[in-house]
Amino acid sequence: MDNHVPTQDSIVTVHNLTFSRGEKKIFDDISLEFERGKVTAIMGPSGTGKTTLLKLIGGQLFPDHGSIMVSGRNIHHLKHDDLYALRKRMGMLFQSGALLTDMSVFENVAYPLREHTQLPESMIRTLVLMKLEAVGLRGARDLMPNELSGGMARRVALARAIALDPMMILYDEPFTGQDPISMGALVHLIKALNTTLGLTSIIVSHDVHETAAIADYIYVLSEGKVIGQGTPKDIFDSPSLWVQQFMNGAADGPVHFHYPAKNYMEDLLHSEKPIFSRQRPPNDRTTKRKRYS
Amino acid sequence: MEFFQNLGASTRSSFTKLGRGSYFLVHLLAGISSVLVRPRLLLKQLHSVGVLSFLIISISGLFVGMVLGLQGFYILSRFGAEETLGVMVAASLVRELGPVVTALLFAGRAGSALTAEIGLMKATEQLSGMEMMAIDPIKRIISPRFLAGFLSMPLLAALFSCVGIIGGQLVGTGLLGVDDGAYWSQMQANLDFQGDIINGVIKSIVFGFVTSWIALFEGYDSIPTAEGVSRATTRTVVNSAFSILGLDFILTALMFGDN
Repeated sequence: MDNHVPTQDSIVTVHNLTFSRGEKKIFDDISLEFERGKVTAIMGPSGTGKTTLLKLIGGQLFPDHGSIMVSGRNIHHLKHDDLYALRKRMGMLFQSGALLTDMSVFENVAYPLREHTQLPESMIRTLVLMKLEAVGLRGARDLMPNELSGGMARRVALARAIALDPMMILYDEPFTGQDPISMGALVHLIKALNTTLGLTSIIVSHDVHETAAIADYIYVLSEGKVIGQGTPKDIFDSPSLWVQQFMNGAADGPVHFHYPAKNYMEDLLHSEKPIFSRQRPPNDRTTKRKRYS
Repeated sequence: MEFFQNLGASTRSSFTKLGRGSYFLVHLLAGISSVLVRPRLLLKQLHSVGVLSFLIISISGLFVGMVLGLQGFYILSRFGAEETLGVMVAASLVRELGPVVTALLFAGRAGSALTAEIGLMKATEQLSGMEMMAIDPIKRIISPRFLAGFLSMPLLAALFSCVGIIGGQLVGTGLLGVDDGAYWSQMQANLDFQGDIINGVIKSIVFGFVTSWIALFEGYDSIPTAEGVSRATTRTVVNSAFSILGLDFILTALMFGDN
């Protein structure tokens, strides 16, 4: 399947990407385009490898087949130094925030500036306060990461991600765990950053409405395939049952809420093993590494 | 058939792990130059790895020395050679117990802490986050800790031996009535700087290198879950203990084998 429309001005091009983890195929020959200056969203149920896709784009994981071009260069063929130079121009917002726990909020945001620039301390202070002001946390600069709520940690991480004024930001589930007020603020912030700084944003999310409100283009993924793409309106009007189920959050449809299992009745009545057996499922990775040395 | 399959699989996985570990070691050694440019990173780690181990090392050293004093006196007095107690205590400590016991305690106190810290940093995506900020976590996180462990170990072992010698003296001269002058002069006369002290220091340098490497690698290579980090911490202590004792035998055979 190669139904993507190649555009001239795409900052990231994913071409025929296949990636597996163990036996499981996470991506099966998918192609995606991310246009410069736009907000592109990748949506799909949990476990479809959305975070994995961001790590592939960031060059932290390697694909089995296919290529990922970032800013015209194949990110998996770059040398260490070139890769790091490219990463300086990408910001990534992790779901957990990934703040360094032994530094204050201020120091966390200042960290990339201190590492990558030779700016004087007064300039760093100004920049950090500007970035913190943008996410509404200038007053929280002296707190430590363990004193922040999950939502605040994510906003600090966002301030850190934009500290070096990147050309593109990868957002990993930016809306999960935010209260309605900060959610609204964050939605506006992402959109505003995109337009005022001329960034390209790639959002991975399953918060349908928030994401649809700011995305210019949406890809819907499921079981390693792109099952729908287009503007938010196209997606909401999609004839695909699957896409309809996902966008409207219906419990029943082409996708089942239950993980594949044998017949429930049969399972309850004829259990061969005690219910509280400590045996792991056969596909669990830890079975092979169980031995203590 | 299954037996051979398992044997093959576990051999293969041990070798791949060894390969990953060696690659990690090369990478972290290459990062040491960048630590020297940022001495503050190193100082912070020297404090948490070295300074905070002072108490456990000195107290253990004191007791080991006192026990050596008691045991040594008991045996030596049967041959009427109580004055050589100082030599016996000092030689045991400097050659053997100082480096080995310090390394074992170090693996338990600092090594396990390093593994847990790195493992948790991995689990909370801090390492991954640094990579995405184009900051090499090996240079900023791993290398300073390695260097701190490597530098602390010989110093801690020296502390252990010194405190142990004082402990032996407390028991020997204070409690059991060995002549104080004999304790020290016999020690000075019979302990060889090259053969005893330098060899002991070499041992502790080797142990410091190996223990820090194991602790950091296990943390870096751990499965980033609560269970994975707990296993990695266990492996650090177990593998460090094996390596320390095994290497101690080899080093002792090389250093003192022909005497």
